[in-house]
Amino acid sequence: MEFGIVELSRLQFAMTAMYHFLFVPLTLGLSLLIAIMETVYVMTGRVIWRQMTKFWGTLFGINFVLGVATGITMEFQFGMNWSYYSHYVGDVFGAPLAIEGLMAFFLEATFVGLWFFGWDKLSKVKHMIVGWLVAIGSNFSALWILIANGWMQNPVGAEFNPMTMRMEMTDFYAVLFNEVAQAKFVHTVSAGYVTAAMFVLGVSAWYLLKGRHVEMARRSIAVASSFGLAAALSVVLLGDESGYSATHTQRMKLAAMEGMWETEAAPASFTLVGLPDQAARENHYAIHIPYAMGLIATRSLTKEIPGINDLVLESQDRIRSGIIAYDALMTLRAERDATPPDVLETFELHGADLGYAFLLLRYVEDPRTATEAQILQAADDTVPTVWPLFWAFRIMVALGFAFIVVMAYFFIRTNFGKRDYPRWALWGAVFAIPTPWIAAEMGWFVAEYGRQPWTVDGLLPTAMSVSHLSITSVALTLAGFMIFYTILLVIEVSLMLKYIRKGPEQDVSETEIAMARHAHRLRTHDGNVPLGTPAE
Amino acid sequence: MILHQLIDYEILRVIWWGLLGVLLIGFALTDGFDMGVGALLPFVAKTDTERRLVINTVGPVWEGNQVWFILGGGAIFAAWPPLYAVSFSGFYLAMFLVLAALILRPVGFKYRSKRESARWRGGWDWALFVGGAVPALLFGVAVGNVLLGAPFRLTDNLFSLYEGSFFQLLHPFALLAGVVSLAMLVAHGAAWLAVKAESPAILARARHIGFWSGVVAIAGYALAGLWLAFGIPGFVMVGEVVTNGPSNPLMSEVLREGSWLAAYTVRPWAIIAPVMGFVGMALAVRGLARGGEVSALLWSKLGITGVISSVGLTMFPFIMPSSIDPKSSLTVWDASSSHLTLFIMLVCTVIFMPIILLYTAWVYKVLWGKVDESELTSNKNAY
Repeated sequence: MEFGIVELSRLQFAMTAMYHFLFVPLTLGLSLLIAIMETVYVMTGRVIWRQMTKFWGTLFGINFVLGVATGITMEFQFGMNWSYYSHYVGDVFGAPLAIEGLMAFFLEATFVGLWFFGWDKLSKVKHMIVGWLVAIGSNFSALWILIANGWMQNPVGAEFNPMTMRMEMTDFYAVLFNEVAQAKFVHTVSAGYVTAAMFVLGVSAWYLLKGRHVEMARRSIAVASSFGLAAALSVVLLGDESGYSATHTQRMKLAAMEGMWETEAAPASFTLVGLPDQAARENHYAIHIPYAMGLIATRSLTKEIPGINDLVLESQDRIRSGIIAYDALMTLRAERDATPPDVLETFELHGADLGYAFLLLRYVEDPRTATEAQILQAADDTVPTVWPLFWAFRIMVALGFAFIVVMAYFFIRTNFGKRDYPRWALWGAVFAIPTPWIAAEMGWFVAEYGRQPWTVDGLLPTAMSVSHLSITSVALTLAGFMIFYTILLVIEVSLMLKYIRKGPEQDVSETEIAMARHAHRLRTHDGNVPLGTPAE
Repeated sequence: MILHQLIDYEILRVIWWGLLGVLLIGFALTDGFDMGVGALLPFVAKTDTERRLVINTVGPVWEGNQVWFILGGGAIFAAWPPLYAVSFSGFYLAMFLVLAALILRPVGFKYRSKRESARWRGGWDWALFVGGAVPALLFGVAVGNVLLGAPFRLTDNLFSLYEGSFFQLLHPFALLAGVVSLAMLVAHGAAWLAVKAESPAILARARHIGFWSGVVAIAGYALAGLWLAFGIPGFVMVGEVVTNGPSNPLMSEVLREGSWLAAYTVRPWAIIAPVMGFVGMALAVRGLARGGEVSALLWSKLGITGVISSVGLTMFPFIMPSSIDPKSSLTVWDASSSHLTLFIMLVCTVIFMPIILLYTAWVYKVLWGKVDESELTSNKNAY
């Protein structure tokens, strides 16, 4: 692979986005888990729940700040490295990002400081509400980001404007209720919940293994396993929903992640494992499950799923149609004041394929001069590299099912057993801590790499989206991010480990109050000591 | 959807130009003192306790304040996509430095006091200083460059070609603008510290440094005005100006001639902005000198509002002129989002901005009062 400006920019985006997503899932889930714990504290008044809330809150804070900090990079990077993308779709894509700031991020960031600093300044109930606002803010934040990302996967509610040479919004509701965005949102936040549940479960299991903070650890496992089981079930179910919507919105991505080279008679079989061969366009050593693919992807026995080879043929047609659109666009722009009606009509007919003509810009200055060979080449470019998608998808799905098993095991032991856990299971939970992160990163990889060669599916090729920058500049910032981010990650993990080892703070004053209450209760029960008010 | 036709495209553009100003001012007023405090940290606080005290004056609020900046970025993307595309890619390496500084800062706040080691804390103090001073300086440098005109041109497909380098950003005028911005925010940060920090030593140093920064800011602002009057050409739109046409900068004619300050003959009322700038900063300086900290902070807010507004009003309708190809210049009339997007964003802003202001005010109210040493030991979550 030749490293030009496009490849470097992609590498930088992939790296910074995946890095950002090391912190986001934990923020999404842990904010909610902490709010739940604090609610239990407020409702029962039992000090241990307050200690738990504070302890997991400390870990949340260490993680949260890096999520916020690396999120700034994400927002800036569109303008810095992807300026043509920003110009071309900012009218549609920018809106959810800005609304995210207005509606969600402001809420989350304003109250997170108060949550940490407000323990003695707010009443119990108010403090709990502040915690819930942080959780709601982070989750809404995810909603808007995924509406933006969903639009890149399935660009609805927008139209190309030849005068401004960009996509412009025509239907905000369509952008908002984009089926891809909605399916992605619930799938992604569920993944965040699983991550946090696994984190709490694993850390608590470690405490049990060491015989430390047993009371807190048991309660934490109870919360994490029930929350985690619900989340793990929904992450798989809603992931299936995501896959289902891809059958009609992103057929190439679906075919690529399933390694489906040829269209099969319905219902298609599912390739469980195999070795995809891009050059020969076939899979070696494949194991098939009959009917499964057709059932999952179309939820019917009769609908066909197009294979990669047929989709390439379709791309060839769309490129030819795109060239006509491009020609009409040039005329429209040259005769701006006249706007010949016949040309306008041609453009309206072929405009949807304009993006396919842009695929030729890698090979020619003007798509209208492309040779037949170049058209075929550009059509082949619409196939993403299959094997990484094929495997990343399978790893994600396998982990997804494993999460259900782990969470169900702990849930059952907690609720229907004697609340004792064998050591092997506890060690298993400790070692399972990183797995939800692996699954989440694989998921994003499939979503983004599977959309190639497009930044906005079918509209704007990745190669055309980049800024006009020198290789040195991008190489410099890429190296800068790598060094900077690595140092921050080392610091973050070391602090996490330090505070996990340290364990929860003993809340002396709270404990004294609780003991006084307990003593008071005992005395009044005996009837020996007259009613007195404990020192509160 | 036809609801958006209720408000003219032209009016929406002016509203969004104003809102862009509001966001920048909101950012400078709130996150501005965080940056000022960061830049002041090594100078006003010498011992570890003093430093923690200083950091904790902004501890609970910096996170919310920073959102003004993030929202500003998001609003530029949504409402002024060409501006977002051209400026962020054009000022590439400068943006990277700002980014690095803005990442260091939150992490510095949160992680500094998580370990006891003096080396660890010293390192983060340095990070907080950089995280405050570098963006404060670079934002001014960016504004200076916008006034000078940036070396970019747009192709027919509206692809932005930037033909300058990082070092070209360091034009003396731009550096002056950077100094004004840094000095202004340092004075603002000093006024904040004077209000919030319960420590005579910190108070005395903050007042001293804040006073001189304020003086530098006023002198620099005056000098920049003179420079604009005599040394830097302005830009004008010529021919018929279409204010509600499609957002394509290449459809209008622009010449680089005359003076930016001509704006004040066209719109004499605009003079109120620089006057506010001078008066606000001068009274803030006076407040710092005489010990009226709360009034100094309020006057400083007025001064910042005046200075930022004056830049916008001087340039109107330009938002980012091009020095090498004036025709490519971005203006209020040709660099916005579509009519519908501007409308939707306005509706969202009208709904959410008052809510944001309400809860932000409530949070500040809960946290009202000076921060003293006892708070550092009583609150386990203190930085």
